[in-house]
Order: sequence, then structure tokens, then C-alpha cells
Amino acid sequence: MVRRLLAVAVLTLALLAGRAQADERFIIVASTTSTEDSGLFKAILPAFTARTGIEVRVVARGTGQAIDLAKRGDADVLFVHHKPSEEAFVAEGYGVERRPVMYNDFVLVGPRNDPAGIHGLTDAAEALKKIAAAKAPFVSRGDDSGTHKAEAALWQAANVDPVGGWYRPTGSGMGPTLNTAAAMGAYTLADRGTWVSFANKRDLAVLVQGDRRLFNQYGVILANPARHPHVKAADGQAFIDWLVSPEGQRIIGAYGVHGAPLFFPNADQTGA
Amino acid sequence: MNDFGSAAVLAFNMVARVDPELTRIVLLSLRVSLSAVTLAALIGLPLGAAVATVRFPGRRAVVVLLNAFMGLPPVVVGLGLYLLLSRSGPLGALGLLFTPTAMVLAQAVLVLPVIAALARQTATDLLEEYDEHLRSLGATPLQTIAVLLWDGRFSLLTTVLAGFGRAAAEVGAVMIVGGNIDPVTRVMTTAIALETSRGNLPLALALGMVLIALCLAVNALAVVLRDAVRRSGH
Repeated sequence: MVRRLLAVAVLTLALLAGRAQADERFIIVASTTSTEDSGLFKAILPAFTARTGIEVRVVARGTGQAIDLAKRGDADVLFVHHKPSEEAFVAEGYGVERRPVMYNDFVLVGPRNDPAGIHGLTDAAEALKKIAAAKAPFVSRGDDSGTHKAEAALWQAANVDPVGGWYRPTGSGMGPTLNTAAAMGAYTLADRGTWVSFANKRDLAVLVQGDRRLFNQYGVILANPARHPHVKAADGQAFIDWLVSPEGQRIIGAYGVHGAPLFFPNADQTGA
Repeated sequence: MNDFGSAAVLAFNMVARVDPELTRIVLLSLRVSLSAVTLAALIGLPLGAAVATVRFPGRRAVVVLLNAFMGLPPVVVGLGLYLLLSRSGPLGALGLLFTPTAMVLAQAVLVLPVIAALARQTATDLLEEYDEHLRSLGATPLQTIAVLLWDGRFSLLTTVLAGFGRAAAEVGAVMIVGGNIDPVTRVMTTAIALETSRGNLPLALALGMVLIALCLAVNALAVVLRDAVRRSGH
């Protein structure tokens, strides 16, 4: 029995050590649930790893959480979608430089019977006003993500303070929020990438799109090695260079679900 | 019922064609949870028996603490361990965050009180029976602990299995300290959470069925082994 116990202990330690000792070349990328849930990373990363031998380990969180992760030094690269926060991240010395990578847009989705009557509107703030006036259920991310920040900006533009039983923050990712909205027949704001690839739409449909304020830009930043010396600056920079290179941009643009592209590359657009 | 039916078909197909991605996730789940339980058992079983055997001030408080910590919220353990292992935390230099090792540690912390508390109860019950006999033999506390663990080994197997159940079912802690990185730290529970958030509910449910089957298999194997050992012992 004792010998058997010892054997199990040794086996355990060997298993534990196995992964730690392997000399792997990898970087950690803190990114958003939208890029992970939409399947983008799964589609584009193999090409980068094949070219450079660098494995990319993606930790998908809401933008606010991803930024916090990078600030603590737990990621080499930050790849998120809220330009003001990204610029603050660089300005505070946590990041080296922000590069625009790609964009898509947010869409207001809701039940097909559309109790607030917003279908076809092109003014997203106007649509939110109508939802608030009708007290129709609206599910919010409520998690400080890029989508949540975009939603908050829209409420501000609509001059509405969303409080009351009809406004329900889930404090969770885009997918769980869409699951909730689908189950409740509620409105919500979603990024198009997650929406198109989402498989549990039930009665939900896109009701409002095309407002300039629904623009959704993604940016990439190398964590500042001056602040966190363990940051893998060379490999992280190689990933960023590849994302904005013609090859990376082509592969991002080629990714789609049901033939519809989910992200539009725009690294060449200065100021995006 | 349709959802459950299509999920069962999906689960069966994945298992039948030995889906490589599923295999990888299952093996990592087993590796992480079995390592965590082994680690927790190596500490928790002697600890439980020691608390039952040795009289010391504050012993009752330790018993209450162990019992209460059986209900440690995984997400809190994950958060605490994250703050310790984060590069800005005291153990950041080890670089363990987002590795299977961090997940093993998290689950071991969750499982340790379960194993220690249940082992203590088993040992206490046995001790009531043995106390006089052991004392007449002049057994030292260490010898007593060894005897209790050995004689209670069949009950303690159930204790360890309860610990395994807690480890294998847990998602909150491994999500935080593991990061659900494909393919490095994605285990069954985090894969289920991911597929749920992608709206692939039948696939998520199918993965859940595979996880339950896996736990069944581990438990069945343990019972078969126990009976084999019992028979050879008689």
C-alpha cells in the first residue's frame, strides 16, 4: 500500500512537472470574449504559429478585465476594443504603443415582435429612448467590457439613465448575455462577431444597425517591458507586427461565418 | 427532451470517433483533478486523523473550520490564488498563472478541507472503538494515526472520491487561474462554460454528459479496485 501510494505521488509530480519543464515558446494575449467566442483566434492563430513557432495563449475576458490583467503584468499583449481605455493604458505607461487592427460594428438585437417598435431605426440613441419609454426588458453586459462601455455611451447620447426593473445587467460575457436575452425576449447590444456566430438566437433578430456610433474598433498593444521586465517583448511584438502585416490582415478579413465576414481589417488606417 | 436527445447523440459521436480535441480536454481534466486529489489526500488524510487523535488547545475550532471550509466558494479560492500567482503578487515570479499547475493548486485547496474533515470523522469514529486497545499497547500518536488510516481505508476511499467529485465539477477557480486557454488549460468544465456562452447548448450539454460519464468511470474503477483489494486481503 505504501509503495503504491509512493508510486502515485511520484507519478503526480512527474505529471505536474511535465508541462512546466517543457521548453515552450509562447506569449499570453489578454483579449475579449468577442474575439474568442466568434472563433476568430482559432481561425487565425495557426498561421502565425506556423510562420514563427510562437504559440499564442489567449485569455478571453471583458475589455475592462483584460486591461486589468495586462496592468498587473499577466499578459504580454493586450487585444481589446475600447479606444479611450486603450489610449489611457498607453498614456499611463502600461503599454508601449497602440495599433489599430480591425473593426466591425455593434448591433441592437431584440425579439422579433419588437414591443418598443425600434426595427429599422438608424439612430441607436433614439432606439434606446424608445426601449426605455416602453420599459421593454433590456439586458446589459454590466461587466465593464468594451461592449458595456459602448452601451453606456449610447445611453448617455440618448440622455436616459437606465434604471428600473426593465433594465437587467447580467455582469457576464457577450454569449451568456445573449443567452439571457434570448430566454427573456429582451433587447441587448451585441458585437456583430459574437452575434453572427452565436448559435442560440431563438427569437432574437438584428433590429437596429448602421449608426456611426455603433462602430467597433479593435486595437492591439504590447505590454510595457519597462514596467514588467518579464514581458516577452520580442515575441509579443512579432505577433503585433504579424496582425497588422498584409498576411495577418488578409487572414483576419477572410474569416467568416456562413460566408459573412465578421471583422474588417484596417491597420493601415491611421487614427482608427 | 429534444435537446437532451440531440446532446446524447452528439456525446456518443464525439466519444465513438475519439475526437482528438475532446480527448485532449478529457486527459487534461483527469490529470488536473487527479493530481489535485492526490495532493490533497497526501496532506488531508493524515491531517484529519491527527486532528482526531491529538489533543491540543483550539482543536474544536479547527474541526469547525475544516467542516466549514468544505463549502469554500471556488470562485473565491480562484481569486485568492490569482492574486498570489499574478505577476504583481507575492508568488508572481514563479510564472505559474495560466498553467495546469495553478489549476491543480486551486483544486487541491478546494478539496483539502473535504478530505481532512471527512477523514477526521472516520478517524474519530474508529478511535472510539480502538482507544482503549491502542492505549493498552502504548501506541504513540503517530502509530495511532497510521492504524486509523489503515483500518479506515475503505471508508477513506469514499472520502477521496468525494474530493475528486468536487475537483472535477468545479469551474470557478480553474477559469480564473487557468484562463481556459485552448489547448493549454481548457478542461471539461471550462469548455462547457465556453460552449454555453457561444450558444452551442447541445454541444455544451454533450460535453456535460461526457464529464458525468467520466466521473462515473473513475468511481466505478475505484469500487472495483477496492473490492479486489478486499478479496485478496481475506
